[in-house]
Amino acid sequence: MEGEALGGLPRFWPLTWEHWLRVWTRLPPLLEGLSVNLALLGGLLAVGFVLGVLVAILEVYAPRPLRILAFVYAWVFRSIPEILLLLLLWFGPAQFGVRISPFTAAVLALGLRSSAYQAEIFRASLQAIPVGQTLAARALGLSRLGAIRFVLLPQALRLSLAGWGNEFAVVLKDTTLAYAIGVVEVMRQARYIGSREFPLTLPAFLLVALLFLLVTYAGLFLLGKAERKLRIPGLEARR
Amino acid sequence: MLLRVEDLHKRYGKEEVLKGVSLFLDRGETKVIIGPSGTGKSTLLRCLNRLAEPDQGRIWLEDREITSPKVNINLIRAQIGFVFQDFNLFTHLTALDNVRLGLLRVRRLSKKEATARAMRELERVGLADKAQAYPAELSGGQQQRVSIARVLAMDPKLILFDEPTSALDPELIGEVLTVMEDLAKSGMTMLVVTHEMGFARRVADEIIFMEKGVIVEQGPPEQLFRSPKHPRTAEFLRHIADLYGGER
Repeated sequence: MEGEALGGLPRFWPLTWEHWLRVWTRLPPLLEGLSVNLALLGGLLAVGFVLGVLVAILEVYAPRPLRILAFVYAWVFRSIPEILLLLLLWFGPAQFGVRISPFTAAVLALGLRSSAYQAEIFRASLQAIPVGQTLAARALGLSRLGAIRFVLLPQALRLSLAGWGNEFAVVLKDTTLAYAIGVVEVMRQARYIGSREFPLTLPAFLLVALLFLLVTYAGLFLLGKAERKLRIPGLEARR
Repeated sequence: MLLRVEDLHKRYGKEEVLKGVSLFLDRGETKVIIGPSGTGKSTLLRCLNRLAEPDQGRIWLEDREITSPKVNINLIRAQIGFVFQDFNLFTHLTALDNVRLGLLRVRRLSKKEATARAMRELERVGLADKAQAYPAELSGGQQQRVSIARVLAMDPKLILFDEPTSALDPELIGEVLTVMEDLAKSGMTMLVVTHEMGFARRVADEIIFMEKGVIVEQGPPEQLFRSPKHPRTAEFLRHIADLYGGER
């Protein structure tokens, strides 16, 4: 830990051009870390999407007790700080003799949190669909679930794309919180670099910032493309 | 008798919208319901496939009681077409997919069969060339014709029309009425709520005049238009003639 100041102010260490150039040679471990963040992102978005859709459907269409349960769920997971959720999911299961990896704990914690926010996005979209769509679906003989599956949800998901892109940009950055429970992701890699060679701490962090700029840009670019590809005349205009 | 309705009541909150309506329809018959707005015509139609739950009264489709709690209402609805005032085409689906949805998901036909049948119905309403268009790319009249094709594809025993031309620009009404007239001629059983008196006179086997939740008078168009028995019917017909400038 040579050179690192623990529990105090960072040490003064004048950076030279040499440091700024040398940090680029540490790109491989950072990219390796970033790939873990992307894996976390994929996992948490998937968990969040599946649970989010389910919770949104319950919030809008379920009988009262289930609806209340869904609202409580959304309230709980939107209220607890993410860092606390991570720690709870990391230390909690061990109490019951269940051992999960920090990676799994992070996917679950961040996924549960995201599901609550995604549920709000999908709920708003479901509620924006005119009631005539439901009537027409039911009049054809579709069941309640059939109407949701074939008519309401496909429309709601398209209407949700913009809001979902926003959620994507938020949770992408949240994956770095997994650092707190020991997942070797990009922040931890940056920290390793800094602890091996203290002067590289700041350049490594800045390089991580640059990586996130790029990934966020790429992600939003792809989402925008998807939005255009999935656009249906007259559907979005209604919002 | 294809459809029999006995003493139907429906209330929304304190207001009783239907106050004991009874009617019947024979196979191949077209009946037109007329009457002032807010007299429960739409509610009556919606009760007939239980899009609105009746509070009291019974309904039979052939010998099946629709109002029985044991009945699978989805199966019944698949046999009763419903055409809405504002079309309610599924906005995320093309015309073809709108017509196909019920065939695939309710009738459970194969994709090939469903497509063939859907195309046939689109042709019947003169819109085969619009199969790939989304609702927003169609005129109101075209949308309503697609919605009729969507209903026809299900091969219904009966079609309910809830003011099918009221949301249309005047120049688009004709194309929809023509489709409906052809349908009536082909032997379809139809119950139509409309203000199109010309259509009613030409096509209806019987006109039903409804007001304030009850049927005031019913009879063949000639008799009802020429010599209405009830003063309220006469007054309504005069009022409609003023509004629409006579029959179309």
